[in-house]
Amino acid sequence: MSEEVKQYIKSEYKAGFVTDVESSTIPVGLSEDVIRLISSKKNEPEWLLEWRLKAYRAWQEMTEPDWAHVTYPKPDFQALSYYSSPKSMEENRPKSLDEVDPELLATYEKLGIPVHEQEVLAGVAVDMVFDSVSVGTTFRAKLADAGVIFCPISEAVHEYPDLVKKYLGSVVPQRDNYYAALNSAVFSDGSFVYIPKGVRCPMELSTYFRINEAKTGQFERTLIIADEGSHVSYLEGCTAPMRDENQLHAAVVELVCMDDAEIKYSTVQNWYPGDAEGKGGIYNFVTKRGIAHHRAKISWTQVETGSAVTWKYPSCILKGDDSIGEFYSVALTSNHQQADTGTKMIHIGKNTRSTIISKGISAMTSQNSYRGLVKMNPGASGARNFTQCDSLLIGDRCGAHTFPYIESKNPSAIVEHEATTSKVSDDQMFLCQQRGIDPEKAVSMIVNGFCKEVFKELPMEFAVEAGKLLEVSLEGAVG
Amino acid sequence: MLTIKNLKAKVEDKDILKGLNIDVKPGEVHAIMGPNGAGKSTLGYVLAGRDGYEVTDGSAELHGENLLDMDAEERARKGLFLAFQYPVEIPGVSNMEFLKASVDAVREARGLEPYSSVEFIKLAREKSKAVNLPADFLKRGVNEGFSGGEKKRNELMQMMLLEPSLCILDETDSGLDIDALQVVAEGVNALRSPDRSFIVVTHYQRLLDYIVPDYVHVLADGKIVKSGGKELALELEKEGYRWIEGETV
Repeated sequence: MSEEVKQYIKSEYKAGFVTDVESSTIPVGLSEDVIRLISSKKNEPEWLLEWRLKAYRAWQEMTEPDWAHVTYPKPDFQALSYYSSPKSMEENRPKSLDEVDPELLATYEKLGIPVHEQEVLAGVAVDMVFDSVSVGTTFRAKLADAGVIFCPISEAVHEYPDLVKKYLGSVVPQRDNYYAALNSAVFSDGSFVYIPKGVRCPMELSTYFRINEAKTGQFERTLIIADEGSHVSYLEGCTAPMRDENQLHAAVVELVCMDDAEIKYSTVQNWYPGDAEGKGGIYNFVTKRGIAHHRAKISWTQVETGSAVTWKYPSCILKGDDSIGEFYSVALTSNHQQADTGTKMIHIGKNTRSTIISKGISAMTSQNSYRGLVKMNPGASGARNFTQCDSLLIGDRCGAHTFPYIESKNPSAIVEHEATTSKVSDDQMFLCQQRGIDPEKAVSMIVNGFCKEVFKELPMEFAVEAGKLLEVSLEGAVG
Repeated sequence: MLTIKNLKAKVEDKDILKGLNIDVKPGEVHAIMGPNGAGKSTLGYVLAGRDGYEVTDGSAELHGENLLDMDAEERARKGLFLAFQYPVEIPGVSNMEFLKASVDAVREARGLEPYSSVEFIKLAREKSKAVNLPADFLKRGVNEGFSGGEKKRNELMQMMLLEPSLCILDETDSGLDIDALQVVAEGVNALRSPDRSFIVVTHYQRLLDYIVPDYVHVLADGKIVKSGGKELALELEKEGYRWIEGETV
């Protein structure tokens, strides 16, 4: 690796500031009492408390999975606080965005997120989740005109209890896995989306998750329901301050995609990755899954640049005939980051189709793994999958790994898997420099070129953002 | 234009250039010939500033400025252009994007405004036509899936766009059939001008039928062992490199 490339990978995390607000954070530790406290803070109905407790009891009997290609000290679950809210959001909860503490909104503005409806990026409605609570959601009225519900899930519990009760846990059951069970027990805020039959959501929906308080974990829960023939595009973004400690983020996202509906779910994940020595950073242990009914389509696009450790497999259950699942992923790791990410495509219905395009980029001493399952059930006649996994290595001390799992129980199903590994070569760097191009620009161009197939799946505004994010994450990675 | 004095360089602790002298004046075309392993490609890489090529002695000046102190990209911006023997592919990076980044960087160093996208697309299309590359090659990845001839024509197009003052052609004829060779040679000849110089590195005389040099130098074991006019190339072709090696022993 040339000197320039090394210089370039020293990453600078631009979202690492702390917002100075007074928070009310419950004492550290996890017990049934803590779960009761969280539930009571949210005035939850009895059924939801019971639902949480059931999850907690299941979790206590489970063990942390260790099959992922990552190593980290196990979190001490008794040393974390499971609920933290800015005080201003607790007493006299603001009724509109105008009443929200400006300091909170400033946090999002600093991150470049449009918090006022009159701003230029007016095609995007935003839900802002700060530690354990949603601080505001834009364009709710406009969306309501179209019949679209977009609100914090804690509100949906009260306002749309039938929908929540029916679908919560319907895609990711409480005891699905260790971290999903933990989330089910202690989840705080997240977004709730309902698109009625035949409605095309008039704007992009997005949620920005921000961890601010120290020694807390964030356990958000997102539930998106696209009713028959509806269409929605949703984006989530995530950032956190730079801290020496490792903070836990264990989310659950459930997508319900009814007949002929389409959900496009994009993620730009930029959690704090830890410093150059591997100190601090977020543990991102997330369960994301969608169920697609007849002719429905679920498309996951993710750009992952953050987290110290990532463990995440956005998946599709292709239950209905002719349903479609897609997974487009760019996962970049640098310094001491570790990522074990991929997808599961479970083909149940006839003529179901799935596409997986995964681009892993590893720099410095990071480890980057793709892990994916393609499962063709006996009933999945005529089902097809195409998988392409490409890895790009920058330097000679990092690792790229591919773990594909294929299970086919139907002889008419077709599964294709392609994989490549390449390096940003000295020849490529020299060609660029010989044509007058800076080494930094050269690396970012080469990496962006490598990710092109995934970036074109992102909503346009975010494709630009994602490209810039890669550039920042790779600063100092060249040499 | 380019003055090289007593240039010595090594690669991975092996001495390759062992005291090389050349003086190239504006508008001149110098051919450097020599047997395999003489250091011909190394000379191009050393002048262009590639990592791993260490200069141990001597000097190289372009327009009176010390080349050896500059980073590779700086040398390119000062007008040095190296056409590669085997141009590398950069998948996913469109040729157009690459060319614009390159031309913008060089123009900026010369105090010129970057082209607008519209202007640049027009210019790039014009040049691709001039080198007989269909316009859709501009949208494809840099050299991605190009044939040998297409890669060389792509290099030629870059040369036209960057308007360098010193062009080093590193075995441009390798891997080209005679038709492709003619196209490339015609392109190079069209670029010859009183203020642009060329160093044409080649193993065979064939290329010099098309790009006629003012001077021919024979490089053997890291030094220029013989210099002369264009007729020297013909003599070499007839007698082989052994003739030179025999003389110098």
